[in-house]
Amino acid sequence: MTLMTMIMKMSEGLGRTFAIFALTLIFSIPLGMIVAWLRMSKNRIISNVTRFVISILRGTPLMLQLLAVTYGPYYLFEISVSRNKLIPVVIAFAINYAAYFAEIYRGGIESMPVGQYEAANVLGYSKMQTFFHIILPQVVKRIMPSITNEVVTLVKDTSMAFTVSYQEMFTIGKQIANSQTSFMPFLVAGVFYFIFNGVVDLVMGKIEKSMSYYS
Amino acid sequence: MNILKMENVRKVFDGTLDVLKGISLSVDAGEVVAIIGPSGSGKSTLLRCATLLTDMTEGELAYKGESIVTTVDGKAVYADKAALKKARGCFGLVFQNFNLFPHYSVLKNLIDAPINVLGIPKEEAIETAKVLLEKMGLADKIDAYPCQLSGGQQQRVAIARALAMKPDILFFDEPTSALDPELTGEILKVIRQLAEENMTMVIVTHEMIFARDVADRIVFMDGGVIVEEGPAQEVINNPKEERTQRFLNKYQQ
Repeated sequence: MTLMTMIMKMSEGLGRTFAIFALTLIFSIPLGMIVAWLRMSKNRIISNVTRFVISILRGTPLMLQLLAVTYGPYYLFEISVSRNKLIPVVIAFAINYAAYFAEIYRGGIESMPVGQYEAANVLGYSKMQTFFHIILPQVVKRIMPSITNEVVTLVKDTSMAFTVSYQEMFTIGKQIANSQTSFMPFLVAGVFYFIFNGVVDLVMGKIEKSMSYYS
Repeated sequence: MNILKMENVRKVFDGTLDVLKGISLSVDAGEVVAIIGPSGSGKSTLLRCATLLTDMTEGELAYKGESIVTTVDGKAVYADKAALKKARGCFGLVFQNFNLFPHYSVLKNLIDAPINVLGIPKEEAIETAKVLLEKMGLADKIDAYPCQLSGGQQQRVAIARALAMKPDILFFDEPTSALDPELTGEILKVIRQLAEENMTMVIVTHEMIFARDVADRIVFMDGGVIVEEGPAQEVINNPKEERTQRFLNKYQQ
């Protein structure tokens, strides 16, 4: 197999790779906000349960979580594994990333000086207004570097979908590598991820810059 | 008329630390009251209780005759949300470290609350903001961000932000303590100007000369109680209490 055919075959999976990436972000970013909110709840039970769930999601391999979400329903309830594996893959990724995002949000929110809340309080802002007008915009700026980190990691983590044989770029590459007994597909995959992350860096850098009008 | 009336305010932190031991303070419309005293005397806590940032343990609080806190069986009971919201409209607070909103321009700092809290039309809020900035000598900083301003300028913006809400009474919590001496003057000048315009103010300060010149009445606090209270000139020039004398002597050295 020529290098060119290899590249062509693997790029057929790029759409799926991108689908995992984009859908995970779309679901995990808001879901993380809800998880962070539960984690910071004044209700001890809610916050402790949430903390426990986060510790499981962060303390066990994403690969294991992928397998559990994809095949768990079959072993537990004998529900047949869905043919479109994108759904379980995105569910597993979104939940896992939401746990990380939640902790980033929490760190950002808790790092806000109490004076900002007090100034808003005295000016008569409601709790919702204080959060959405005063706190959140500042938190977003503070946590942007950590978010970029997660997004970059996510690009590479999409390769883990090969464990459930979802036909994304890396899975195809691995299959070619096996059939051709060649290491070349892995190098091609590496270049793909590197270019993908170059774009991510560019976009995230633009976003960070757009918020640098104050310090 | 009393704008602010506090009766027998007690604040106990963690059930043991007695910070305020029964303070009563009334402020009339147009009056300027300066609160002085050593660190830890409870001055700031008193201000925080008055501005509803800290819950008092016991006591009474009323703005313009409307009761906000009453005491039932030795425990402070706060009025409902609507009443608290209304009370918050009566006062403004200028913080020691400004607490401007860093992500907002100077103009946005001044108009965001009037628009979103008071429901004032945007054009009107902008007009008011411009007048206030002119008065503070900051007309050219309208589009600047707080981080581009000096401490003194930031504090003047903070005063303008509080005034934009058209409060009946303005509290100052050591407004010059975070500023170096050269910048202190510009803040004191602004407060003096407000006093001439008959703004009702309560100022916690360590600037004794300023307190004497600008305040109508001085309250000297120590150990959670009001030790001495009276006309500004009298308290500073001829303190009656031995504790007040000792405190003021330190400033004259």
